[in-house]
Amino acid sequence: MILSLHSASWCAGGKTIVHEASLAFVPGQVTAIIGPNGAGKSTVLRLASGLLPTTGGEVRLNNVPIAVLSPAHLASSRAMLTQESALRARFTVRDLVAMGGRVSAPHMMASARLELAGLLLERVGLGAFAERDIMGLSGGERQRAHLARVMMQLEAAVHDTDKQPGFLLLDEPISAQDLSRQHLVLDLARAHARRGGGVVLVIHDLNWAAACADRIIVVHEGRIHAEGAPEQVLTNELASHVFGLQNGQVCRHETTGKPYILPHNMFSNHS
Amino acid sequence: MTLAQQRAFLFLVAMLPLLLLVTAVSLNVGATGVHLTALWQGDTPGNGYADRIVLTQIRGPRVVMAGLTGAALAVAGAVMQGLFRNPLADPGLIGVSSGAALATACMIVLGGAGLDVAGAGIHAFITGSAWFVPIAGTLGSFAAAWLLYRFATRGGMTSVSMILLAGVALGAFAGALTGILIFRANDTALRDLTFWTMGSFAGATWSRIGILCPFLLVAVWITAGLATPLNALLLGENDARLMGYPVERIKRLAMLLVACSVGPTVSFVGAIGFVGVVVPHLIRLVTGPDHRLVLPGSALLGAALLIAADTLARIIAMPADVPVGIVTAVLGTPVFVWLLTRAHEREVPA
Repeated sequence: MILSLHSASWCAGGKTIVHEASLAFVPGQVTAIIGPNGAGKSTVLRLASGLLPTTGGEVRLNNVPIAVLSPAHLASSRAMLTQESALRARFTVRDLVAMGGRVSAPHMMASARLELAGLLLERVGLGAFAERDIMGLSGGERQRAHLARVMMQLEAAVHDTDKQPGFLLLDEPISAQDLSRQHLVLDLARAHARRGGGVVLVIHDLNWAAACADRIIVVHEGRIHAEGAPEQVLTNELASHVFGLQNGQVCRHETTGKPYILPHNMFSNHS
Repeated sequence: MTLAQQRAFLFLVAMLPLLLLVTAVSLNVGATGVHLTALWQGDTPGNGYADRIVLTQIRGPRVVMAGLTGAALAVAGAVMQGLFRNPLADPGLIGVSSGAALATACMIVLGGAGLDVAGAGIHAFITGSAWFVPIAGTLGSFAAAWLLYRFATRGGMTSVSMILLAGVALGAFAGALTGILIFRANDTALRDLTFWTMGSFAGATWSRIGILCPFLLVAVWITAGLATPLNALLLGENDARLMGYPVERIKRLAMLLVACSVGPTVSFVGAIGFVGVVVPHLIRLVTGPDHRLVLPGSALLGAALLIAADTLARIIAMPADVPVGIVTAVLGTPVFVWLLTRAHEREVPA
């Protein structure tokens, strides 16, 4: 299974948000999309998911344009966590998660769906919240409940059809999480890749990106600026050119060798 | 099924006897004392025979019409609230009520005067027949819904907020046109029109119910497949689309469902408020947001409520018939305000 963008562009209101992006995502790999605010990261992810139709070029799944795939087929091959949920209704957490597998696994029994939902809630650390009202949860807990729903969509499809796990597209999955839950969420992403699924995540924390991703894509002003292993991509030049971080310094972790960025002397200039 | 769902399901099952009870009471009370026993005893000419006619030809169709209308309005309300993700959405939002009102006003006010030209025969046929006003109303409601749909759809995508805004504009415009017609109307037409806006089941007959049935069957058929997709839509259109639901098709079907269930009923019995907003709200308090329970629950409670309201309308000022819209508004408004304050209290953190 391969998810690929071929010169995919998206324009809105006469403005090009994403300009001819060509990328390929493969199973077994975690890809992090990084870039400054408003660079077009989320738009790249939305194009890849099929949520936005491309205004130029196309997106393909196994070389078939996703525009011709049925919504149900697409749902069993990729799932996406959006930045914000519009949900205001008082579903129980378990019902919300189970809902994720309704279309992607049409043959799955309702009881099996609820059981799998409970299992996934355990994985995201919300096992004790299964019967609670979703609106009663904190922002971070709600984000993880939606993550469980998104994982449900793919896991249920695997359960239903015995096919390979699909692509997990996560738009800022750790934005509302504390440090240990950030680790938990990214660990789940890595586990999905280990089981043969693909993961693409938009993330702001460059150090987490370097630590968990196999490959980093830098989006800058709507274009793919750089692409490669964290060690190749995260450089002092990138920090200053793309992120405007003049006093940053890219270091190497002593044991893992992964790069990390240390901003220093950031505030002294203002005094 | 979780425990909460089982409880909600039992609640729905318990509503069936309630509906039957309301129906039996409604058949039993009215301007003449008639006993239900006449249904199986009054098959010989005599007093029982008259009772049987009252039951089968007057109260029977009236009760069935009230039940069908209540169910249709409540389900349409529940669907609109799901689609707009707003608990205050009303079936009238997609223009069906204002379209029906305008067409009905046209028929009542212009029907008599305008068609004189075409000859006395046609005039007598049109005004003499009880059919033309409701048929025009149905056409008007469908035309309004279709217009709104076309207006809010660009490049195959229907904007729900556009429907909402355009619906308000269309309602105001249709209201103004109706106002012009009222201004021109003579006293009889004015009276007819006023009574139409208050709603009544007095004109219910089996043949009118027969006309209503195909529309309602389409509505029921759509409703059956719409519960789960509407649940997904509560997460927002984007998440529903990502989960694999054909969102544009769902919106089209929901509009068709509302047009089919509200347009013809409103045209036959007039504008009846509050059922579409209050009933789904009451049901949700018990069942939670799951449309697989909310939709059948709304149908049952909507039917029971309108049958009860119509019974009240018949007996409050016997032998006069109070318009049922007045009853639902007088009873519905306090409930509505109570719901609003209750929801407000729940939203504000302690």
